[in-house]
Amino acid sequence: MRRAITEVLSRADRAFRRVTTGAGLTMLAILVVIGFFLVFRSGPAFDASGFGFFTTIRFDPASGVLGVLGLLYGTIVVALIAVLIAVPLSILAALFITEYSSGRIRGFLTGLVDLLAAIPSLLYGLWGFAFLGPQIVPVSLWLTENLGWFPLFSSKENALYIQSMFIAGLVVSLMVLPITTSVIREVFAQTPPGEKEAALALGSTRWGMVKTVMLPFGRGGIIGGSMLGLGRALGETIAVSLLLPQVPEITRHVLQFGGATISGFIANNSGASGLALSGLMAAGLVLFAFTLATNFTASVIISKSRSGAGVDA
Amino acid sequence: MTPPAAPPRKLVKRRPSETTRQDRLAALGCAVSATLLTWFVMHLLLDSPGWLADLIVAYLLYLAMLYLVTRDRLGRLAASDRLVSTVVVTGALVLLAPLLSLLIYIVAEGAPYLRPGFFTHDMSAVAPTDPVTDTGGLHAVVGTLQQTALTLVLVVPLGVLTAVFLNETRSRFRRPVRIMVDAMSGLPSIVAGLFVYAALIIPGIQAGVGLFSYNGMMATLALTMVMLPTVTRTVDVVLRLVPDGLREASLALGASRARTVWSVVLPTARTGVTTAVILGIARVAGETAPLLFTSFGALGMNANPFSDPQESIPLFIYRFIKQPLENVQQRGYVGALVLILLIFGLFAIARVVGRDRSQRKAKRITVKTQENR
Amino acid sequence: MTDTEVSYVDSPARPLVELTGGPPPGAAELESREIGAWFGDRLVLEGVSLRMPAKEVTALIGPSGCGKSTFLRILNRMHELVPSASLTGEVLLDGKDIYADGTRPQQVRLRIGMVFQKPNPFPAMSIRDNVLAGLKLAGVKCGDKDALVEQSLERAGLWREVRDRLSSPGGALSGGQQQRLCIARSLAVQPNVLLMDEPCSALDPTSTRRIEQTIAEIGHEVTVVIVTHNMQQAQRVSDHCAFFLAAENEPGRVIEHGPTDTIFTAPSDERTYDYVNGRFG
Repeated sequence: MRRAITEVLSRADRAFRRVTTGAGLTMLAILVVIGFFLVFRSGPAFDASGFGFFTTIRFDPASGVLGVLGLLYGTIVVALIAVLIAVPLSILAALFITEYSSGRIRGFLTGLVDLLAAIPSLLYGLWGFAFLGPQIVPVSLWLTENLGWFPLFSSKENALYIQSMFIAGLVVSLMVLPITTSVIREVFAQTPPGEKEAALALGSTRWGMVKTVMLPFGRGGIIGGSMLGLGRALGETIAVSLLLPQVPEITRHVLQFGGATISGFIANNSGASGLALSGLMAAGLVLFAFTLATNFTASVIISKSRSGAGVDA
Repeated sequence: MTPPAAPPRKLVKRRPSETTRQDRLAALGCAVSATLLTWFVMHLLLDSPGWLADLIVAYLLYLAMLYLVTRDRLGRLAASDRLVSTVVVTGALVLLAPLLSLLIYIVAEGAPYLRPGFFTHDMSAVAPTDPVTDTGGLHAVVGTLQQTALTLVLVVPLGVLTAVFLNETRSRFRRPVRIMVDAMSGLPSIVAGLFVYAALIIPGIQAGVGLFSYNGMMATLALTMVMLPTVTRTVDVVLRLVPDGLREASLALGASRARTVWSVVLPTARTGVTTAVILGIARVAGETAPLLFTSFGALGMNANPFSDPQESIPLFIYRFIKQPLENVQQRGYVGALVLILLIFGLFAIARVVGRDRSQRKAKRITVKTQENR
Repeated sequence: MTDTEVSYVDSPARPLVELTGGPPPGAAELESREIGAWFGDRLVLEGVSLRMPAKEVTALIGPSGCGKSTFLRILNRMHELVPSASLTGEVLLDGKDIYADGTRPQQVRLRIGMVFQKPNPFPAMSIRDNVLAGLKLAGVKCGDKDALVEQSLERAGLWREVRDRLSSPGGALSGGQQQRLCIARSLAVQPNVLLMDEPCSALDPTSTRRIEQTIAEIGHEVTVVIVTHNMQQAQRVSDHCAFFLAAENEPGRVIEHGPTDTIFTAPSDERTYDYVNGRFG
């Protein structure tokens, strides 16, 4: 006959359980409340524009036009530029930390990456706006003049190159770097040493070993880490509010002046009320949904991959 | 037969190096040639758009030459290996460059105008045309300190308890709570501020409730929403690192779960939790977005976070650097310098605290495992 | 034909599939002169001078922790992969020091292969790609890859079991099969020397027997140096033996070396006698 094991808890344990469960459920409650409220408060915006909210580019509450498409476009473009720049650099940095350095240099670079993460985005925005932007302008100019046949590098006549989505993407990539580098570094560090040794013992060069063993092993982690970085870039607010004019539009001229992101736009309109406020909340909700989806996909990819099991994403 | 005892000789200890002398000479030669060729092409033949372009061209030429020379000497595999090694090292250095640039820029712009007076008065008596050295930031510093402290009071207990809930209990709510914590970490910080604004401040102003209007407490609530998932997840990771063996030993001795957590798990994780909290402080201090809709900012001192708009350091910076007048802009840089110093200070403290036990232990373990091969 | 009959009779030498850019043909002699090794400041090996004759199997025996594996890793320049490791002395491969200035470790490791204690095939690659991995990694070309794969798997005693599933992943095999796959992988580049670090210690008796048979068969085409804790195995497979021992707080040293028969039946040192008769270890 099977006996069920019942747990009789002491008073301390019961209290413990109640307190911690309460804490956990509070977190749950907070998020549920936020979610409901956002949906509720965005109602008027959706009532006013209907499905058109997702297809309209302009956002101009004064004339009753509310659209998130322009903002969404800018958000995604800046985030993609940021990730495309950050991920290859992260892979290189992670490789450097795990395979191409030792001892003090390794510790130094790890600390450096942590330091990059600690700097507030406000300061990145400030530096990007005041210093980096003007330095990149000649580069954008050169790209347009010499590689303008490539659709992304073309610009209109007499365009301004300051405050472009390209520059914004560059600065945001610096904020994405620490996240992606940490994840990819952890993944590389977990490569089975036996396989690495086997490759080297066969006469492989270090790059041969990296290519044959580490990169295939780390693929899931690299993709997952990139998506986490994407999530971070999507939500970036202050830096882009300083770096972009925040006028919603859809343009393929990423090298020139123009562009808006959802969070940057909201930040620039902090005095809003009424329908405008509702529109902002709706846009914020859309952004939140995107970030959730990206982070969720990232976690799934990381946990399902060979390399992901031990990574804390 | 064992050899007869020989007189002790001085043994030459060596470590084969990864690059031979010829490798280093070849690399040097390539560097020199690349530089010369770049100068020739960029300045004599074409019109160089700037030092950045020169650097990029020189680098690419260097890579190409290094590859060809190594392929000639040692074969294709060694050439790609050498190429990748160079690119990897460059990648690591590229990380260093923007950080240095940012730090130098802010220090250069802010340091000339930072005076002790910054910490003794606020901006209410300072006119836009007054010299930048007159900038006063006391109100901002006080605001940041108060808001940060309040945020910690809310975040640390809730975060640690939730992390304990996720790790140390067997509740069936663990999965939904964990999903929620992950979801909340995706909440854009501006939306948190927007939420507090729309949910509490606007109705609060309409109803005339003093607490629910633009003030430091509202900002704290927004900041809490942003920091909570981060701290929870970090503490969660730290708790997971505590070996199960310790928990089992404690339970086997008859301790309750609560006692185990209090006396065994948390003390073991103490360093990690402290580091997480310190880094959390650093992040809160620099968060700007949640403040825009909530505390509104002010030019004068407000030491009461529960009523009236309150300034904090990020708002201080944000407000001034957006101004068109350069004189006024400079004030923002002074604030930026103070913020950087604050964050570096916290960061350094966190490193020292976190280094103490783990580093020494890790070093001992590494040497031991290497010997036991 | 089953594998239950253990036979250590030499099979006639087969012509090996041709490779371009591979090691020079034949087996090579390895000799170490006054090898000493450190991890950081700790001396773990001292004064090891040993000749491992060509086309013969040399076994390194001794209790755990006396530096046998460290010595093995010095023979193919894997020791230096540990950041704090350093060494002294010379290792001569057919008379030339592998640690000479300007000699690249990749060239050494191509000529001196290694099989590890824990089987480590590349799990995501197919069996066929695993066998050919060494060629790709070391830049060796082969005109007839299929013949090479068959020959290497045959030499390792795995061909019959996997001939029908060469494209299935290497990680899907049993432990003993994986180890034989690793042996096939090492043999595919036709090294002059094969180092084996306790290759059977993680395996079942049947796989062990099969691998010992492989060692016997290849032992006269390739110089084999094998570290083993199993004294009976040393007696079964090796022509020469070297007995390592490290006294307390002392670095490891070679106490005695010579023909296997002599070491086991008439050793000159008392410690060797005690060890091979199971008095300690």
